[in-house]
Amino acid sequence: MSSFHPHLLDRRLRVARAVVWALMGLIVVVFFRTQILEHGKYRLQSEMNRLRPIPLLAPRGLIMDRNGKVLAENVPGYTVSLLPGDQDSLRAELRRLAPLVKLDEAEIGRVLTRYRKVPYLPVMVLANAKFELVSSLEERRVIFPGLLIQPEPKRHYPDSSLVAHLMGYVGEVTEAERGQRRFAGVRLGGLVGKDGLERQYDDSLRGADGVRFVEVSALGRVVREAGAASTLAPVAGQPLRTTIDLDLQRYVAQIFPAGQRGAVLALNPNTGEILALYSAPGFDPNSFVGGIESGTWRRLNESESHPLFDRSIQARYPPGSTWKLAVAAIALKRGLVTFHSHMPIPCRGGLQYGNRFFRCWSPRGHGDLALAEAIAQSCDVYFYQLGLKIGLSSLLEDANGIGFHTRTGVDLPGEVTPEFPTGTEYYDRYYGPRRWTSAVTLNLAIGQGENAQTLVNMVRFYQMLASDGRARPPFLVHPGANPGVTLGLSPDQLAGLRQAMISVVERGTARGAGRFGGTITIAGKTGTAQNPHGPDHGWFIGFAPADKPEIVVGAIVEFAREGPYVAPLVTRVIGHYLGVDTTLASHMRIVLPTDTAPHPVPILPGVAPEDTVPPDIAPMDTTRTDTTHATPPPRDR
Amino acid sequence: MRPRLREIDKPLAGVVLVLAAYGLATLYSAGQTDVPTFVATIWHRQTIWLGIGAAAMFLMFGLSPRLLEWATPYAYAIAVLVLLFTLATGTGGGTAASEKSWITIAGVRLGQPAELAKLAVILMLARWLAERREPPATLRDLAYPCVIVGVPVALVVLQPDLGSAIVFIAILFAMLYWAGTKPSLLLLLGSPAIGLVLAFSTAAWGAWIILLFGLLLWWRLYVWEGLTIMLANIVMGVIAVPFWRRLAPYQQNRLLAFLNPEVDPRATGWHVIQSKIAIGSGGFLGKGFTAGPQKRLAFLPAQHTDFIFPVVGEELGFLGVVIALGLFIFLILSLMRIARRATDAFSSLCVFGIASMLFSHIVENVGMTVNLLPITGIPLPFFSYGGSFLLACSLAVGIALRVAWESRQSGYAEL
Repeated sequence: MSSFHPHLLDRRLRVARAVVWALMGLIVVVFFRTQILEHGKYRLQSEMNRLRPIPLLAPRGLIMDRNGKVLAENVPGYTVSLLPGDQDSLRAELRRLAPLVKLDEAEIGRVLTRYRKVPYLPVMVLANAKFELVSSLEERRVIFPGLLIQPEPKRHYPDSSLVAHLMGYVGEVTEAERGQRRFAGVRLGGLVGKDGLERQYDDSLRGADGVRFVEVSALGRVVREAGAASTLAPVAGQPLRTTIDLDLQRYVAQIFPAGQRGAVLALNPNTGEILALYSAPGFDPNSFVGGIESGTWRRLNESESHPLFDRSIQARYPPGSTWKLAVAAIALKRGLVTFHSHMPIPCRGGLQYGNRFFRCWSPRGHGDLALAEAIAQSCDVYFYQLGLKIGLSSLLEDANGIGFHTRTGVDLPGEVTPEFPTGTEYYDRYYGPRRWTSAVTLNLAIGQGENAQTLVNMVRFYQMLASDGRARPPFLVHPGANPGVTLGLSPDQLAGLRQAMISVVERGTARGAGRFGGTITIAGKTGTAQNPHGPDHGWFIGFAPADKPEIVVGAIVEFAREGPYVAPLVTRVIGHYLGVDTTLASHMRIVLPTDTAPHPVPILPGVAPEDTVPPDIAPMDTTRTDTTHATPPPRDR
Repeated sequence: MRPRLREIDKPLAGVVLVLAAYGLATLYSAGQTDVPTFVATIWHRQTIWLGIGAAAMFLMFGLSPRLLEWATPYAYAIAVLVLLFTLATGTGGGTAASEKSWITIAGVRLGQPAELAKLAVILMLARWLAERREPPATLRDLAYPCVIVGVPVALVVLQPDLGSAIVFIAILFAMLYWAGTKPSLLLLLGSPAIGLVLAFSTAAWGAWIILLFGLLLWWRLYVWEGLTIMLANIVMGVIAVPFWRRLAPYQQNRLLAFLNPEVDPRATGWHVIQSKIAIGSGGFLGKGFTAGPQKRLAFLPAQHTDFIFPVVGEELGFLGVVIALGLFIFLILSLMRIARRATDAFSSLCVFGIASMLFSHIVENVGMTVNLLPITGIPLPFFSYGGSFLLACSLAVGIALRVAWESRQSGYAEL
């Protein structure tokens, strides 16, 4: 057996040993790389394998009124979630849960969609579980291994729809929002403010969500709840103190005519603090908590009355006669008139200008009036002539200077810019050069024409009248930048304007509205926004006490077909705020806000009224306002 | 003369004892999970199997190599018959339920005969090679050993159990080498396998054929042998793709997952990824005995059989791995030492075959847990749960111990 000679065997043994050492050495090297060099990577993967992060919702900051009364708070609630394994096992588990939690197929589909968005987080099945359901699920814990029931703070608005537009609502952050720098820190599925103050001050209200970890097995079963890894406690949001007077806000909501659309805004003229902001119809912000039901959402969005729409800052209405004060202020500032100035042509129910006849709201006419009386009676003929006296470009320049084309900067999201021509080139642009006449001045002078204002902007203008002539931008929490707008009127002129506005309430177009107690004097101005689609919208903006105003209240009521109640609404709010007994106040049927001239017939001969509509103005609030459409029959009240 | 216990080869017996204890402890740990499984109490049964194994070891220790040599053809015949029987009646288990690797009688799964067949093949090869008295010098000489191995390989592949087939082939090459076959001949013998692998790239395969042609000229083989080799390589190149298509999907997936485990991390690559995570997260000292979270939370698949080694890696860390591998190296080197000192060619070949069988199991099993080798479900000696393989290992160690005793008796001294 030569091949088994020891020398030969030794040689083969050496080769065999070398092979053993080489292969085992290779294995050791690979283990060294895996266990020592790449240890960090694999340890991380191991943690991710077994630890599932469970977000701990941070309670949002409280929102309070000026006296510390709660507008938005947090109440304990329960969410039911599932720790997903893969999609199929999740679907199976949802099917088993369905009879208990009452899920239908569509609901299961929605849960699966949520899962696909964030596959590694627990997927929420039920946002707002009743305590009975929670306890019955806890009993069956063993058959639902991935079930996660956690107490979570839920947003609650005790006054619900009363404060809906102020508060806004909260909801899950969307993909688009997460792209913005502002919401970059919000985790997927986190809650953010969607509207109102919740949106505006989301950064401070939100707080920071915490996280805890549960340990799961390969099948997604929760093995250990606590102690698996350190927990990051949530940080509660900052409380927010607003300028709202909840008592007044409630009162406004209470006396606002039921079923009507409109808005009321009250503010302190000396500071700009908003005391009440109410828009009707409202909605229940509580229904958004934990995800709004699709049916409710559809109703809110498709409703003809647009309840999500904040009519105090997002709707534009022709200011109507409330704007006459602006014309008067501009004329006074320019020194063109005094309170005793008369116009060349007395009011006989209208004014012939060019080839057309511009009517006054009162067909009987007001006769020969001085400025103060013209304001009290809201005489259109007087203001047509005053407008012409100022001249179109001066009127536009000064009105822009006072801020009729700028947002007030109120700290609420979604405020719209009022529509107002920035100069005469505006008309060139829309009608074409030389295709319009100075007749537009007449419309403008009585608050019609190419002019649509938000309630908040009109109230800001009256705030200037009610204080020393300087603007104090309205705000809810923090005052915005003050651009230093001023009316430029002397104290005497301001006092005269106030006196004229007192006359409005005492014997003018709003007579009777302020007759209660007789202890305070209310100054104000009515207005009618022409609406070609139905009854006109009624305005009233007033302040009191007239000699040293503490509150300015503006109101717009859409389709005020009953007409005469906008002024009493406002005067009652003022009375309530100033602590005057309003039970003796006039019935809400006395005042005539329909003091604005009907829109005159076409400015341009041969051009149909529809054709004259500037393309950008017409669609702005198509159902609510209209400035240039056809004329409704004149009212004679 | 009957061997006495104190004359046993102490290094080999010692390392086997330590490995068995290490393995049993690891198996016990594998059962300690947070998710209830049947693995929890499996170490009880493994203890019984260890007892049976110890008895088998002493039985072989008491058995003369001459008697073994005489019994070899019968053992081989029985092994082939049982494999045939298994193929006809066998049942699947583990990851591949379609496999027919278990022999089942009256619904009771008795064992996996392929493990014992490995031992029978070792004996049969040893007997044939020892009787020849000179090493195989031509391909024709290799035909008979190829048939000895080929029959069980074919039966095992049909089960199909690719892992065991690879072990059989590793045993064949190792024993042919130990018998003195020239490496060039072994390369030619293995060339069709190389051709098969390279066939998936036409360029690489073409280069290989040219290289092979050159080698055949260089080594001056008989013309017909050279032609056979060339033909075999060309045939392999042609059938490679159809052969691939005939593999079971799980086998294809395992090979693909070996190349890139991230292809489908939840399904095919799951085993390798989870195994690497368990090993890698162990670090230097591990997470402590029985405390590995990957295993505890059932992320580690088959943690009591094929993937028992990651349990060592996770819980005892790199240190535990090095100790286990060191023990294995010591085991293999002890067996090689015994093979070197054996008194006769049959004994020497037997022990070397045993060493190669254990070594191929170790390399393949440990290698696949770190994605060094593709996943084939073959057990780790003394660690993995499984009666048949433990029995085969015990018998093998028993044979080696007897061979060591024989050389000790003949007064063998290191030259």
